[in-house]
Amino acid sequence: MQFALLIFEPPEAFAARNADENDPYLGAWRAYHKAIVEAGIFVGGNPLQAPETGTTVRLKNGKRRVQDGPFADTKEQLGGFTILELPSLDAALEWAARCPAASIGAVEVRPVSSEYLCRVTG
Amino acid sequence: MSGSEQESIHRATQQDTHLGIHRAIERVARESYGRLVAYLCAQTRDVASAEDALSNALIAALETWPRDGVPQNPEAWLLTAARRSFIDLVRHRKVAEASEPTLALLREESNDMTLSPEFPDERLKLLFVCAHPAIDRVMHTPLMLQTVLGLDAARIAGAFLISPTTMGQRLVRAKTKIRDAGIRFEIPDERELPERLDAVLEAIYAAFGIGWDDMAGVDQRGRDLAEEAIWLARVLLQLMPGEAEVHGLLALMLHCEARRAARRGPDGRYVPLSEQDCQKWSSLLIKEAEQHLAEASSRGRAGRFQLEAAIQSVHAERARSGGIEWKAIVMFYEQLIRISPTVGTRTGYAAAVAEDKGAETGLAALDDIDGDEISVYQPYWAVRAHVLQRLGRTPETLDAFDRAIGLTEDPAVRQFLLQRRG
Repeated sequence: MQFALLIFEPPEAFAARNADENDPYLGAWRAYHKAIVEAGIFVGGNPLQAPETGTTVRLKNGKRRVQDGPFADTKEQLGGFTILELPSLDAALEWAARCPAASIGAVEVRPVSSEYLCRVTG
Repeated sequence: MSGSEQESIHRATQQDTHLGIHRAIERVARESYGRLVAYLCAQTRDVASAEDALSNALIAALETWPRDGVPQNPEAWLLTAARRSFIDLVRHRKVAEASEPTLALLREESNDMTLSPEFPDERLKLLFVCAHPAIDRVMHTPLMLQTVLGLDAARIAGAFLISPTTMGQRLVRAKTKIRDAGIRFEIPDERELPERLDAVLEAIYAAFGIGWDDMAGVDQRGRDLAEEAIWLARVLLQLMPGEAEVHGLLALMLHCEARRAARRGPDGRYVPLSEQDCQKWSSLLIKEAEQHLAEASSRGRAGRFQLEAAIQSVHAERARSGGIEWKAIVMFYEQLIRISPTVGTRTGYAAAVAEDKGAETGLAALDDIDGDEISVYQPYWAVRAHVLQRLGRTPETLDAFDRAIGLTEDPAVRQFLLQRRG
């Protein structure tokens, strides 16, 4: 079963993206990444650039609306996602708790919907 | 509860002002919850209804005690109210069909207003039921915390890293199983006792949090339940004062608890056991732990918890001698491995060997541990990193540190390891 770990980070974490090689947050992420790869559960995932680089599009009454910035205006923003192959939600929560973002922001765990993917891809 | 304890509760509650009634109820609930639930369960085998009945009784107490004052014997009052509520619950829900004789008994007892405050303490049976082999192992501890201590599902869920809804559902399922699967409320017979008692002890220890003092294996999850676990062990000891391993478990937990204040620096940073300031250890708790350990060893039956407590006792000795007797620790680990050759035990052994016989021998002991289980066992990688660092093997050292850091949940431990990694 696949689970998405949605990584929510505070502004400080996004600011730290420009820090040097010795930044402890970066070090923690490197170690975490190594741990999920070594455990053989890593499927994929990527970090995202800062929320202000986001552009949100929607169509209202057939008219295009484009908004600068992310969809939700909250302090903690989606900073990336990781897809893990795991036997249960319990195991996924275990790995979410180890994620460096869990102690400074939040990590939402969601099962990947393979059923809906099948319907979309046909 | 002894007469003097009851008296002191009564005296204390009399002094309470109107606002203090809530606290009085909390105190009675805290001290009597498990006894009352256990007593109702032992008669009915219906844990969920017993808990509901007691909550109703507590709500009734919140309504009537501020008006009428706290009764002379609050526990008996609660039991009477809970019995009545239980009868109502069963009548309305038609819960257990087979319980008509039980109901008759409860009805009779609830009419007896001269109720004796002395009702049998059935908590031991309840503890054995919670850790029954027919109940899923992972639910033993949550069941105990809820039924004996009255903790709510949300708090238990957080400690076990499970969503509150899921924990609630699992608890309900486990209680239904207790009611429907014919699990008996009884103390196991002598033949079964060692194994069954072991399950109870394991469940209590799981609440305490495993690996408190491992090199870096501070398990965040158990931490806030440490006091509850000690409370449970004290209850168990009261009920089974002759069991060496119960003393052993309590000694182990008290030794670890004694170091609580020394585990973090003033800035919140993680301090490993060997670097802790012994002045910050609680000499009172260490003394109590030592008494229990002596009591346990006087019974001449060594066991897992006694050996673990003995290891902690050697560490505690540093407060007096200034040094750590690693040879003794290695010896205790050797005995422990014979009883319980878990990855945790073998990792602890390797760490002790590295101190006693040198890093090279320690590394060999680590290499002896089988591959599969260690891949996600954080303390193994932390110990391995430190041993390799002493040997100066850089690329392997960095790799081990990364694995240890990546498997850590505690930000303070992560910080500590990142610094050591350099």
